[in-house]
Amino acid sequence: MTDVTTIPDVAVQLAGVTKRFPGVLANDSVDLDVRRGEIHALLGENGAGKSTLMSVLCGLYRPDEGTISLASDGRLKPVDIRSPRHAIELGIGMVHQHFKLVRSLSVTENVIIGMDGVPLRLDVDKLGAEIAEIGLRYHMPVEPGATIWQLSVGEQQRVEILKVLYRGADVLILDEPTAVLTPKESQDLGRTLRTMVAEGKSIIFISHKLDEVMSFADRVTVLRQGRNVATLDVSATSKGELAKLMVGRELSAPPARRAGELGTTLLELKGVSTLNDRGLPALREISLTLGGGEILGIAGVAGNGQRFLAEVVTGLRPTTGGAIEVRGKDRTGASPREMISAGVVHVPSDRLGMGLAGNLSLADNLAMRSYRRPPLAKGIFLDRRKMVVEANGLIERFNVMTPGPATPARSLSGGNQQKAILAREITAGHEAAGGAVIVAAYPTRGLDVGAIESVRARLAEERDRGSGVLLISEDLDELMAMADRIAVFHGGEVMGIVAPSETSIEELGLLMAGERRT
Amino acid sequence: MDLVTSILSIAVFAGTSLVFATVGEIIAERAGILNLGLEGMMIMGAVTAFATAYATDNAYLGVLVAMIVGGLMALIHAIATISLRADQVVAGLALTIGGTGLASFLGQELGPGGGPLVGLIGPKFVEVPIPGMSSIPVIGEILFNKDQLVYAMYLIVPLVWWFLYKTRPGLHLRAVGENPQATDALGVNVFRLRYLYTVIGGMFAGLGGAHLSLAYTPGWTENLTGGRGWIAIALVIFATWNPARAVVGALLFGGVNAIQFRLQAEGTTISANLLNMTPYLLTVIVLVAVTYFEAFRKKVGAPAALGIPYNREERV
Repeated sequence: MTDVTTIPDVAVQLAGVTKRFPGVLANDSVDLDVRRGEIHALLGENGAGKSTLMSVLCGLYRPDEGTISLASDGRLKPVDIRSPRHAIELGIGMVHQHFKLVRSLSVTENVIIGMDGVPLRLDVDKLGAEIAEIGLRYHMPVEPGATIWQLSVGEQQRVEILKVLYRGADVLILDEPTAVLTPKESQDLGRTLRTMVAEGKSIIFISHKLDEVMSFADRVTVLRQGRNVATLDVSATSKGELAKLMVGRELSAPPARRAGELGTTLLELKGVSTLNDRGLPALREISLTLGGGEILGIAGVAGNGQRFLAEVVTGLRPTTGGAIEVRGKDRTGASPREMISAGVVHVPSDRLGMGLAGNLSLADNLAMRSYRRPPLAKGIFLDRRKMVVEANGLIERFNVMTPGPATPARSLSGGNQQKAILAREITAGHEAAGGAVIVAAYPTRGLDVGAIESVRARLAEERDRGSGVLLISEDLDELMAMADRIAVFHGGEVMGIVAPSETSIEELGLLMAGERRT
Repeated sequence: MDLVTSILSIAVFAGTSLVFATVGEIIAERAGILNLGLEGMMIMGAVTAFATAYATDNAYLGVLVAMIVGGLMALIHAIATISLRADQVVAGLALTIGGTGLASFLGQELGPGGGPLVGLIGPKFVEVPIPGMSSIPVIGEILFNKDQLVYAMYLIVPLVWWFLYKTRPGLHLRAVGENPQATDALGVNVFRLRYLYTVIGGMFAGLGGAHLSLAYTPGWTENLTGGRGWIAIALVIFATWNPARAVVGALLFGGVNAIQFRLQAEGTTISANLLNMTPYLLTVIVLVAVTYFEAFRKKVGAPAALGIPYNREERV
């Protein structure tokens, strides 16, 4: 460790950083060097300690052990980062995965919150012009007067990055920046990042996606269970090697497509239309069929009606036209409960918002489909003992990692929350004779590779049992690998339904952009 | 003086204490702290204002003490909810219940020789017509023939509005109640701001109470505030957390009060009990109306972090 301090191109050095939370060792003596002018990826599964390590670097957490050193005048000097503000003064800025933006304020206001140099009386127009100019320099056009809630997720991310740049940060930490972006937005982000490192800034890029690490980063550090397991040049490694380092074992390939024959039609949409919350058309005469033993992929850029499709099929949103049939029976206008009893189950995109009641125990959450009937219901009472027994069974069968059924659902990791939802929904679907309709909205979004593997395997297993899966996803590779057919949504319409074997990612991209298949 | 002028004149007079309390609560809620202790702080302000003014023969000292008392009570709320992360609703209700009880007790003790305050006549704020302006027809009588505290309100409301929307600290105040995590990450001291604005909110409530016992209904009686603290909390929602709109709401309530007094004075056959209900009835109607328009509510909703304690190291 002695002569490292003389290497000139190191911008930040973490040495032996340890951070403990009650019952968890989040970072275990982590060493990390980040050079000037490089994009350094921090790769690891959820819970590997990436975000914690970066929260230590940006002053949100205090390390229990270890030192952080920053380059100044060509030498590394140890610093004690006392707060996020102090980190910013030292030139370290973090772009959080969950944006830290005040939704009711404008872009300009969000950027200047907490800045010292800003005068007491705000000249919003002048500040806005400055911010817009920085945006243009880094290929991030923004409208300074717009309110945050009016912006798309990609635009909100630009505001986050601008906040850090406007404060003159030299070291930028981006926490899973592409998790919420469309492929096009990710490309734009890549260009922005390249411009920054060309100016000598350093970027630390937290990710659990191998593809983007390979395409964005210069070097990569892999964390596993809070420890640094390797730091490698991206050019000298491969996706396979990184995956192995990250998970600690070999991964299996995504489950293959269906082998058997298509069963009877489980779900049919005939010209279904609906409106969004503002009363504008959200779905326009959608016609689809889903057979037993089939995975029908739904592709599209977020916000093109996929969410409304899920809501309409599960009875959460009334239709304004057309008909919905489940197993040949008209279910137009059915309530969510009627849809459930018709065998439609739902794995919602918003796990903690719609899928689980975060403050309730896992046992309560797992009982939410079955509590009305025996054995869990005894007249108007619940059989608590049976609920725990049932929950333990599901936890075991679906491999949910949890201290126990009494644990509140919110304290599970994202992957385990998703497994719990799948456990509940899939078991509920088993009660439907002749296969269930499983509406799975972005089931692998935000999960780490291990959890993704298990979620995909579950869905494939249900397909093999004869259920139909409506798989809404932004991950085109996932759709190409798993779906039997892919329906592409744009502006609330189906642009085309294609078979993965007869199409390409490029064609899907064109359909997603609104070109109709001829 | 015709009927409309007289009603509007009383509306301003009656609405002043509501404006102070509402603006104070808006400031606290903008910082993310719901303080349901408003009624308790107001009534404590009222009793201490009158007791001080009576003992010192100085109404201004009464106002000062009322503001200090309101601020101290709010400080208790701040310690409980910000540092100890107690539930804001429960802490606020405790403050109101405790404040109301303590005010009754003090009303029996703070008079001359440790006796009751009830029935005493002390110094009070009286109308000070503003030369020139008070003789403007209609408007002069409604606006410029009032006591000093009403004039103070004319200055304070625009000042608070300007502070909230046009200055850097005002931006921080709005941000802290919407997203404390974001604000903290940008180096703004969330705890300090929440303490500061909760206490300032309490000082305003105390000021509102002082206007009641030193100007509107000079003197001390049990239950002097008569639920005005609760009306002010409703007005915060009606005003959609905007101090300028709070004035409109407070005047509306003051006006309803004025009308019902007028009707009683005219000797109407409607029961006085029913008439006394009207401000509270209006509160219910207004709240239902405001929350009914969902789109409206979404756009101008409560500060997003209102009522939620902030803990920097909590893992989300």
